[in-house]
Amino acid sequence: MMRAPGSDLPIELADARYHVRGSVILDGISLVLGEGPPTVLIGPNGSGKTTLLRMLMGLIAPTDGAVTWGGRRNAPPVRRAIVFQRPVMLRRSVSANLVYALSSAGVARAARPRRVAELLELVGLLALAARPARGLSGGEQQRLALARALARDPQVLFLDEPTASLDPAATKAIEDLIRTVAERGIKVVMSTHDLGEARRLAGEILLLHRGRIVERGPAEAFFAAPRTDEGRRFLAGELLI
Amino acid sequence: MPTDIPVVDLVLRADPELLAIVRLSLAVSLAAVACAAALALPLGALVALTRFPGRDATIVALNTLMGLPPVVVGLAIYLLLSRSGPLGDFGLLFTPQAMVIAQAVLVAPIIAALTRQTIEDLWLEYCDELAAMHVAPVQRVRTLLWDARFSLLTALLAGFGRASAEVGAVIIVGGNIEGHTRTMTTAIALETSKGDLPLAIGLGLVLMAIVVLVNALAWGARRAGERLAG
Repeated sequence: MMRAPGSDLPIELADARYHVRGSVILDGISLVLGEGPPTVLIGPNGSGKTTLLRMLMGLIAPTDGAVTWGGRRNAPPVRRAIVFQRPVMLRRSVSANLVYALSSAGVARAARPRRVAELLELVGLLALAARPARGLSGGEQQRLALARALARDPQVLFLDEPTASLDPAATKAIEDLIRTVAERGIKVVMSTHDLGEARRLAGEILLLHRGRIVERGPAEAFFAAPRTDEGRRFLAGELLI
Repeated sequence: MPTDIPVVDLVLRADPELLAIVRLSLAVSLAAVACAAALALPLGALVALTRFPGRDATIVALNTLMGLPPVVVGLAIYLLLSRSGPLGDFGLLFTPQAMVIAQAVLVAPIIAALTRQTIEDLWLEYCDELAAMHVAPVQRVRTLLWDARFSLLTALLAGFGRASAEVGAVIIVGGNIEGHTRTMTTAIALETSKGDLPLAIGLGLVLMAIVVLVNALAWGARRAGERLAG
């Protein structure tokens, strides 16, 4: 099995900027993410949450500045995984989606069936293993996407608004899974627009506004008393523009 | 039970000559589609997934080549395969192989152009997930071709439709030799020019029935596959 040596953590952004045709999406972000409880990105729409997650995953490179994973600049996403806001199901069965992820992660053929069963069991989709993945409900697809990400045996897992547009029951299932994942020692970095969810899951909060980190700190402290004006206004439900 | 309609007689008697013509037509067209697909599916996917100078021109060329006039292709293949042509030594002119080559040339651009479009659309959908899964380029092509297989079947059928309906190229490179290179379409052309319109019409109906059958089989396979794999 091909495994890049070393760890992907800590992930370090050094004055990372990202702009597209003149409009600035990320504006000089410096950040170190190490092991620990979940980091939750919050902030208004367009504040750069998705772009930051994609950059941390290594899907886009900063226009200026640098990203390193465990000190390495060009670290292929071997032990990182991401669940996109709208995950795309491969046009295959539920279990074939997982087999694909396992094989792309270099898991030996003989070990795959057992891992598929474990992952399906974990996300509660064992009964739907043979169904076409694209026929699943939104919540089920999100759980399959999570299982597919976990198939990579990641050190760090990024989730982009994993419960957006899910009903409360499906949201709870996803949040429970995220908690389980975090308890297993996988670093979770996720974005959400749901402050309740941020409260329930976050170990630390990262508040983004206009492509900058305006506040970062332990979740409890942030929700008790934000240090910045933006933080206070965002928590109070005011519109940050 | 003889009737007044010659082709019905031929069908009812399972006339060996008619069966041979049908068999040859199917074999030539299916072989042409298979050869063209082996080349055009990867080529279409490659054009869809890569950026290179002249890519736009390549796409325009592929789309244009979909409308290649069969007689022009027939003439070109004729010149290549004729005794004095560059490939004359193989002695392929006026053989079924020559007909397969001509039809493959006609069909390949159709399959490549439709594959390019299909794969490009699917790639837009898949690119983030495959990048996140760190899938290598060759594997990406295989994934996209496999996951687009039901849509690509339509591209293959379009190619088969072109091949089975085509007469201009096969009549030039095949020569419409009875018992050797006579296909449904060349037989229809011959009977029409001989003035045997009932037989020509009958053969036309048989040809259409066969094309319907092939498409029905393909559609059935697609539906069954979709139920299993989505």
